[in-house]
Amino acid sequence: MEEVLLARWQFAITTVYHFLFVPLTLGLSVLVAVMETMYVRTGNETYKTMTKFWGKLFLVNFIMGVVTGIVQEFHFGMNWAEYSRFMGDIFGAPLALEALSAFFLESTFLGLWIFGWDRLSKTMHAACMWLVAFGSNLSAFWILVANSFMQSPVGYALRNGRAEMTDFMQVITNPYVWGQFPHTILGGLVTAGVFVTAISAYYLLKKRHLPVFKPSIKIGLACMLVSTLLVMGTGHLQAQFLATKQPMKMAAMEALWESADPAPFAIAVVVDEKNKKNSFEIGIPGALSFLAYDKFSGEIKGINELQAAAEKKHGPGNYTPNIAQSFWTFRIMVLSGLWMMLVAALGAFFFYKKRLEENPFILKLLLWSLPFPYIANSTGWILTEGGRQPWIVVGLQKVSEGVSTNVTSTEIWISMIGFTVLYGALAAVAIYLVRKFIIIGPLDEKPVLSVLTKKKEATLWN
Amino acid sequence: MELNILWFILVGVLFTGFFFLEGFDYGVGMLLPFIGRNDVERRIVINTIGPFWDGNEVWMITAGGALFAAFPHVYATMFSGFYMALFLMLVALILRGVAIEFRSKDESSKWRSTWDWMIFIGSTLPALLWGVAVTNLIQGIPINSKMQYAGTFFDLLSPYTLVGGVAFLLVFLFHGALFLTLRVEGELIERSRKAAVKIGLLAALVFLSLVGLTYTNTDLFKSALASSALWGAVAVFVAGYVLLWLKRFGWAFAMSGLAIAFTTIAFFSGLFPRIMVSSINPAWSLTIHNAASSAYTLKIMSFAALALVPIVLAYQGWTYWVFRKRVTAKELEY
Repeated sequence: MEEVLLARWQFAITTVYHFLFVPLTLGLSVLVAVMETMYVRTGNETYKTMTKFWGKLFLVNFIMGVVTGIVQEFHFGMNWAEYSRFMGDIFGAPLALEALSAFFLESTFLGLWIFGWDRLSKTMHAACMWLVAFGSNLSAFWILVANSFMQSPVGYALRNGRAEMTDFMQVITNPYVWGQFPHTILGGLVTAGVFVTAISAYYLLKKRHLPVFKPSIKIGLACMLVSTLLVMGTGHLQAQFLATKQPMKMAAMEALWESADPAPFAIAVVVDEKNKKNSFEIGIPGALSFLAYDKFSGEIKGINELQAAAEKKHGPGNYTPNIAQSFWTFRIMVLSGLWMMLVAALGAFFFYKKRLEENPFILKLLLWSLPFPYIANSTGWILTEGGRQPWIVVGLQKVSEGVSTNVTSTEIWISMIGFTVLYGALAAVAIYLVRKFIIIGPLDEKPVLSVLTKKKEATLWN
Repeated sequence: MELNILWFILVGVLFTGFFFLEGFDYGVGMLLPFIGRNDVERRIVINTIGPFWDGNEVWMITAGGALFAAFPHVYATMFSGFYMALFLMLVALILRGVAIEFRSKDESSKWRSTWDWMIFIGSTLPALLWGVAVTNLIQGIPINSKMQYAGTFFDLLSPYTLVGGVAFLLVFLFHGALFLTLRVEGELIERSRKAAVKIGLLAALVFLSLVGLTYTNTDLFKSALASSALWGAVAVFVAGYVLLWLKRFGWAFAMSGLAIAFTTIAFFSGLFPRIMVSSINPAWSLTIHNAASSAYTLKIMSFAALALVPIVLAYQGWTYWVFRKRVTAKELEY
């Protein structure tokens, strides 16, 4: 089944790439809207400069999210046609609602925002960015509704050889969504907070454009501090939810082979998948039970018991996700989060003491924290999606049953290589542009129109 | 009304809106290297669609989402069957989107002309491919008893579908040139007009061949509604061309848009109640019944669509009102 493996790789590559841009869009749209609102309320031109500067970086990121998002919509039909047939009745609805209620909103009002600076009133213009922010985050909601069904199906019945929706309200009030959605939105705010803080720190280090970046870093740090705390809180609630609703993912995350009560929290393990045990392990006794149940006792089911139960229910087969991957992605995500919380607290402390500007060490720490939200977001999704293996919809359809049957491995290879090469090239271009804008800085308000127009210009076809 | 029919109509409406709106911005994209002779002019040409193109593209995304929600088997069969074509289209759309956004972000003329060509390719390829796709649907493609596409990429290319692709491309070009006459100033208007005059004639010729081939290659003319819509499309297209000669650009644009709308209506009503025609066995065609979601899902989606579509139309319409003035070199945001 080479096709399944290739289709999975393609999904992983295109999704993780898409999600490098999405979280920043979710968070930065809010922060840009906040900045523009401050401009409208105070009339202070500095806030307008800020809005335009961060808005420019936002746009490069936004467009990358949009174009890679189109691929996301269509490859369910391309590579996962059998999944689409089996699940279309439930999965198609949130996707269509996403387009109708969110994509139209973001794209239309972003067009108004970009081109409407002189045509709309100040308040109206700021309102456009708020609508973009609302639309982006609403689209995250719908996509998580769809994803949550795959993680934890509710409100359906198996009929006519497929899963059919029986209760729409249950689908959108799926408890899984309400764990994932706040966590994702806050992850977006963390990303935006770190992004704004890190780039502002760069300018403070260079002592350039201080009037713009001192207030910027204040906004960035505040956002970073609050959202890292909240993202941890929601992550914790989600883990507690997993303990009862997706015990296999929980056990995989912890590399817990045998059920235990109280269960220890493993700090580091060496997984021996063949012999179904860990060849090395250090952990904190009882800590996992505490994380799951808020008390130092309570059983956490182990992989071996869950595997046996799954075989009994669904027939023979491997129902265990990749343990080492689940274990380490979870820890990398959590450690990245802790790191960001720590530097946010440090940065905020020095800012509060008015000693941030003169402290290049802290500023550099903030600057070099820029990769962490991206690491956390990516590992988070690899854990979420990898952790439900071998299921595409937990308990209902396996990944191997969801793949398109009439698509050849050659076709998948071509599209996978095509997208990967294109995505790589575009990443280089986007990074080039963001870097260029950062080096130029915000005060460069000269029209982007080319100086070329003054001289006679070559036509395009020679 | 039966909800399956309502959703067939809604999907048709979404595709009509998509071809009407994105038709002119594909057209403008294709014309970009030829109408805009220097950097400022090219920026003006891009800015005529600047505030709209992304919103227009959402019509396609929504049409795709609506197919998924209402007719999941069509979504699955079509996109796995048209795999390579769709891959090419996605690459083109990615290049087009980033090109519009990135082209003015660097001063180098090489940078800009590269992205301008990406806009050109990114507009040409989807226009062509959509024409090929739509004509394939009505002509029939090898769909087997298991609702699976049983052909290859090259089975999608027949003389009929290639004429369909070229016809769509030319009509979109004409539509785009007329749109430009409404949105630019001075010398550019004249250039757009001349382009429209040339393209219009060619487009009319190819479109007529498409109508002829549709008569021999498909059963579209069995439907009275479909055949009258298709002849209506021919009539309004010619009317648009005459109005162009009379320099009534606004009316000419409305007519080219109507021609696109009538064509889409013709194809959809020719299909009804099928959505994808099987060339192997008519009984294996995907229809509004055997390919649809459950009645419950259709009901939920109907409420949502009836509530949301008017709101979307209102604010998208408002956008066109806000940017009703011609694009001038003096106020280019980019």
